[in-house]
Amino acid sequence: MKLGNIEFSEQQFDVVIIGGGGSGLRASLEISKSGLNVGVVSKVFPTRSHTVAAQGGITCAIASADPNDDWRWHMFDTVKGSDYIGDQDAIEYMCSEGPETVFELEHMGLPFSRFENGRIYQRPFGGQSKEYGEGGQAARTCAAADRTGHALLHTLYQANLKAGTNFLNEWFAVDIVKNDSGLVSGVSCFDMETGEISIIKCNAIVLATGGAGQVYEQNTTSLICTGDGLGMVLRKDLPLQDMEMWQFHPTGLYGNGSLMTEGCRGEGGYLINSEGKRFMPDYAPKAKDLASRDVVSRCIVQEILAGRGCGAKKDHVLLKIDHLGSEAITKKLPEIREISMTFANVDPIENPIPVVPTCHYMMGGIPTNINGQVITQDDNGNDSVVNGLYSIGEAANVSVHGANRLGGNSLLDLVVFGRAAGKHINEELSEQSSPDISNTNIEESLQTLIRIQETEKGESVFSLRSEMQNVMQNYFGVYRNEDLMREGINKLEEITERTKNIHLNDKSHQFNSERVEVLEYLNLLDIANATAYSALERKESRGAHAREDFPDRDDENWLCHSLFFKNKNIVSKRAVNLKPKTVETFKPKPRVY
Amino acid sequence: MTKKLKLSLYRFDPAKDKRPYMSDYEIPYSSSGNMMVIDAIRTAQELDSTITFRRSCAQGVCGSDGVNMNGQNGLACITPVSKVVTANRLEVRPLPGLPVIKDLIVDMKPFYDQYEKIKPFLDNDEEIKTGHERLQSPEDREKLDGLYECILCACCSTSCPSFWWNPEKFVGPAALLQAYRFIADTRDKQKRMRLKKLNDAFSVYRCHGIMNCTSVCPKGLNPSKAINEIKKELRKTG
Repeated sequence: MKLGNIEFSEQQFDVVIIGGGGSGLRASLEISKSGLNVGVVSKVFPTRSHTVAAQGGITCAIASADPNDDWRWHMFDTVKGSDYIGDQDAIEYMCSEGPETVFELEHMGLPFSRFENGRIYQRPFGGQSKEYGEGGQAARTCAAADRTGHALLHTLYQANLKAGTNFLNEWFAVDIVKNDSGLVSGVSCFDMETGEISIIKCNAIVLATGGAGQVYEQNTTSLICTGDGLGMVLRKDLPLQDMEMWQFHPTGLYGNGSLMTEGCRGEGGYLINSEGKRFMPDYAPKAKDLASRDVVSRCIVQEILAGRGCGAKKDHVLLKIDHLGSEAITKKLPEIREISMTFANVDPIENPIPVVPTCHYMMGGIPTNINGQVITQDDNGNDSVVNGLYSIGEAANVSVHGANRLGGNSLLDLVVFGRAAGKHINEELSEQSSPDISNTNIEESLQTLIRIQETEKGESVFSLRSEMQNVMQNYFGVYRNEDLMREGINKLEEITERTKNIHLNDKSHQFNSERVEVLEYLNLLDIANATAYSALERKESRGAHAREDFPDRDDENWLCHSLFFKNKNIVSKRAVNLKPKTVETFKPKPRVY
Repeated sequence: MTKKLKLSLYRFDPAKDKRPYMSDYEIPYSSSGNMMVIDAIRTAQELDSTITFRRSCAQGVCGSDGVNMNGQNGLACITPVSKVVTANRLEVRPLPGLPVIKDLIVDMKPFYDQYEKIKPFLDNDEEIKTGHERLQSPEDREKLDGLYECILCACCSTSCPSFWWNPEKFVGPAALLQAYRFIADTRDKQKRMRLKKLNDAFSVYRCHGIMNCTSVCPKGLNPSKAINEIKKELRKTG
């Protein structure tokens, strides 16, 4: 078909899932098994998705390490970890459904490590407790050595092969198509190999596009983590939620950013400063090095600011695991050893690993309910469901992580809500007809693509992107304040203005990686702006959002989500769900570890 | 000391080039630093945005950026330039043996087809109680170590002359490693069927044990050993 100068083909599926990581593949599996026709659009071959890089494990009360473990304790930890803006109905759902989803993964073949009794191995992770914080450290993170994400993603891909899921690998999704009745009715995308543009008609879209760690200069995430689904949502005048909440992982490898799993500390490793002193007990006497990630990251920054950082620039600390012994390290943390030796020339069996807080995870995202249905807010401030549009995984904000995610809860989030969205779609989509799409609808969804294809001169994506990443790193990092953020926003405004003049130099069709990078950058820039305005608006410190000018948590005004709309950069508030269905509400308390 | 690295990249654009060619780029390079090959390619990309290659995690776990560097297959993101450079020159070519689509990007389809052919998923019809995992002893689980870690980067299969000659019939080291991962899994119930499917003149027996696969595997795995284990099992079952 042809529209102006643009040629395109048309395809049709019942459901299109954008993203082939852990959540997308769990949803597609559920939908494939029901007999609906599902297509997974992924810009990389699915096993190259960022889920593959998850190391330490999947946290879940399967009661293996401790036969008395209880999902309610896991729920308590998660609510506390979220600094009380995680939605309690969603957390309840995740923690109670968790064990069944983990057992399903084992049944599919996931090669979990094992205890002597043959059950799944579980290790201690940060922020975990027994008996609602009163019973000491729990060991609740199910692991396949330190390659749990790899094992999980490959297992899910394999299960999808078995189920006969349709894959559109190395296809890039550009925008959501809405028809004249405002219904979500398709996706505009192109085949990266040939450049062929296609409109995929469907009755439901699942945005499983992952996080956007690439907005920061220093991050642990894959180069593909550019939040494409979030950009699509903003361009459709839908909001993003809690975008000020970014997790800085305490132990990114210094100089390179690779993740050094929290499992290192779970297995008995600890942090030391330039004086060789273990400093976490001074800040968190009970949990020590296994305090929550936001807490540990701030403590490291405090140590560095106090002049006790390591190395020539005194700008990092050290993670010591050599005392665990070479056998434990090669068995339980083999990947960590490999990465540390490759990128830092440090063998952790002999020497401590240089680490620094590094952007790791996006707590914020596309607001959804526990079925994965995308939510927006009407003019009166009420929630309304966007029919046919779903989001899951790191792209979504359901919200189980609130202001700070606990280690091991990300993989659980992926599979629990991937499965939930799949089930919901299977129920809702039994009788649907092919949606009507007009040429205008199609043209609208191809606007960006056409615009960048027609540029003749202007700035390159590379310089704009690195400037944006630099601003985010320096003005919206671990500690924030109003003056700093206003300066950052001015700079972002300037970059946003200059971006109107972005130029695509390479106009070729086949595997044009510059085109992909331009589209990814446009998504990243929208997300950077969402983060900046949301962070400026939230005038308190909560979880990962630490403000020097508002150092305390303010439950009276800010025990709520923030919602960012791209139109005019407006930030509004949305209530947190404090009403779980089967347990009492966990009321906000001071957060001490 | 900073000097200039001469990075020579294989270039081919099917839309305009009749034949592939090598193109040279000068990249600032300090031999004392820890520059990876991917960093050099990305720097070249900023000089010439038409350069194309696959990449994702940039830390050796996703398997996207398998390339051939001065004659050796490996992952660009975890191979230090210092390890492969000779006389300040580094030639980067696409993985050999697979059709080139553009620049460093090869058509992975023949490789993925072999992977799918070995049915890379646990097959076990036995009813399992919901609410429980299957039990597996640590010793049985250990049999999967060195097998399940494969990242499907294709460095091994594309370094194997038998795979170059018979990419349709010889399963190749990567997919055979995965075949053995399921044969060795005590939870799988299709061992006999899996072996039967491999029992012909080509699937396994085109491996002549030259061990290129093992020497290039960026994850330190040993496909050659897994292939020998399969051969042993085949002899046992006759």
